[in-house]
Amino acid sequence: MRKKVIFRGVGLPILLLAPQLAVTIIFFLWPAGAAIWQSVLQEDPWGLNSQFVGLRNFQEVLTDPDWRLAAWNTLIFSVAVAGSAMSVALLLAVQADKSIRGANIYKTLLIWPYAVAPAVAAVLWLFLFHPSIGIIGRALNAAGILWDYKLNGTQAMLLVIIAAAWKQVSYNFIFFLAGLQSIPKSVLEAAAIDGARPMRRFWTVVFPLLSPTTFFLLVVNLVYAFFDTFGIIHALTGGGPGKATETLIYKVYVEGVQNTNLGSSAAQSVILMIFVIAVTAVQFRFIERKVHY
Amino acid sequence: MSAALEGATPAARLQDDARLAAASRRRQRREKWLTHLWLLLGVLVFAFPIWITLVGSTHDTATIGRGDVPLLPGSHGLENYTAAIETGGSGRYRSSPAALMLWNSALMAMCIAVGKIAISLLSAYAVVFFSFPGRMLAFWTIFITLMLPVEVRIIPTYQVIVALDLFNSMAGLTIPLIASATATLLFRQFFLTVPDEYVEAAKIDGAGPLRFFRDILLPLSVTNIAALFVILFIYGWNQYLWPLLIVNDRSLETIVVGLAKMIGSGDTQNEWNVIMATAVLALLPPVLVVLAMQRWFVKGLTETEK
Repeated sequence: MRKKVIFRGVGLPILLLAPQLAVTIIFFLWPAGAAIWQSVLQEDPWGLNSQFVGLRNFQEVLTDPDWRLAAWNTLIFSVAVAGSAMSVALLLAVQADKSIRGANIYKTLLIWPYAVAPAVAAVLWLFLFHPSIGIIGRALNAAGILWDYKLNGTQAMLLVIIAAAWKQVSYNFIFFLAGLQSIPKSVLEAAAIDGARPMRRFWTVVFPLLSPTTFFLLVVNLVYAFFDTFGIIHALTGGGPGKATETLIYKVYVEGVQNTNLGSSAAQSVILMIFVIAVTAVQFRFIERKVHY
Repeated sequence: MSAALEGATPAARLQDDARLAAASRRRQRREKWLTHLWLLLGVLVFAFPIWITLVGSTHDTATIGRGDVPLLPGSHGLENYTAAIETGGSGRYRSSPAALMLWNSALMAMCIAVGKIAISLLSAYAVVFFSFPGRMLAFWTIFITLMLPVEVRIIPTYQVIVALDLFNSMAGLTIPLIASATATLLFRQFFLTVPDEYVEAAKIDGAGPLRFFRDILLPLSVTNIAALFVILFIYGWNQYLWPLLIVNDRSLETIVVGLAKMIGSGDTQNEWNVIMATAVLALLPPVLVVLAMQRWFVKGLTETEK
């Protein structure tokens, strides 16, 4: 789609585009190119010499048990975060969509956690689940459940999942609510007149009509769990105990910043880049379906 | 139902109708209660962590360190917040004073939001209203940034920053984040809906492209700008990985990173009350922006993601 009536000139539009293009090229394309270049090099520990090693870094990364563990952690974490954040949001959106008194107040009170930074969300949940100063952590220990997320990997994973999902519910809630409100009332009335009970009506009529929203949110939530939760893990568990909560992004950070293993870090970055490109392609392939029901 | 009613006298039928109506009213009332119950539960689960943090920030270190987590506010609020704002506490992992960190966060968030909006407006304008060689190439170059989040190019971007001598500077903190494919796409989408007649009229009146941009297009875009601003301000305020990498000078520390540093390894001996006060200070500004600009916020969120 283009405009029929346009302005003439070449210099001006290029000047207008210059700032955006400069930032993009210097801080996006150049580093991305450097990542690809570094991923096929092997540097000595002092960064003095490097030699071309082809795909060896990739081979090492993909066969590294630590990387596989991080991939597995990422999978568990992302699926759990997306699944729980989406189902809670759907439940709340369905309730808030009903015509009840105070619906707008509920909406306001349900959307603000979106504004809380992931790292701050982590800190809030740490206050609750800390084994000795947290109200829930202490209650669990008092009830005879040994709770210490700093020692128990499963508990640590559970805690980062809760913190990450808690923050994401608001986002999903807004989109589910918008999706519900765009379903024509006549469709629902027709189903009601046909005598379908509310639960049945929801699963056979409403939920299928929501499927574009659900699909879209699934992609967004997985991307969120993958990339935007670094702060949660860094602030809450630091990837530990052991490597129990180390995700792929966290591992790139550890490998590059703490271990300064550039070749390996770059190879991991490139693998993640391929993943993002695939997800973005899927997202845009199906974007049309999100808008039209 | 109707089979059971067949053959009944009119009076009995009326009675049955009344009974059915009453039952249905009862069911509706029950459903309403259930709806309220679910929503209240949701609101409480959302608010509970914040409440505990707020309460914690008003007690003294000893109360919290003992583990007697109170459910009601105490009387040490003023001194805790003063300590957080003025000194950053006296704990082992003390941060910079929150006043400084809040200022850094606000500056960073504003620069990112305003910068993103400004350069995206300009580039969307160029792409939509001009025809020039390389137009599509420029568009796709911007588009591709969607696929390259900071997280997948951590080390090389860091190296670029060091090479350009932007390490430990507000410029390094903000400029690399102001490229925005999402904002450009949004403005492009909106500009495409502006009727051709506006441009024709402007041309007939002898207005040049810059004049058209300033006097016609900008005023038309105000709603979109406001909506985007809310989203981008929050995005900027909540940055974590980037400041962690680019800044180690404590005078440039942002409050989200500073807060996480105060936790250290989560020792029981931490000055938790001051940390909680800092947490409240860290989450308040973006939450207030969302609450104050709720309508723009929802619009911005749903439109940027289309």
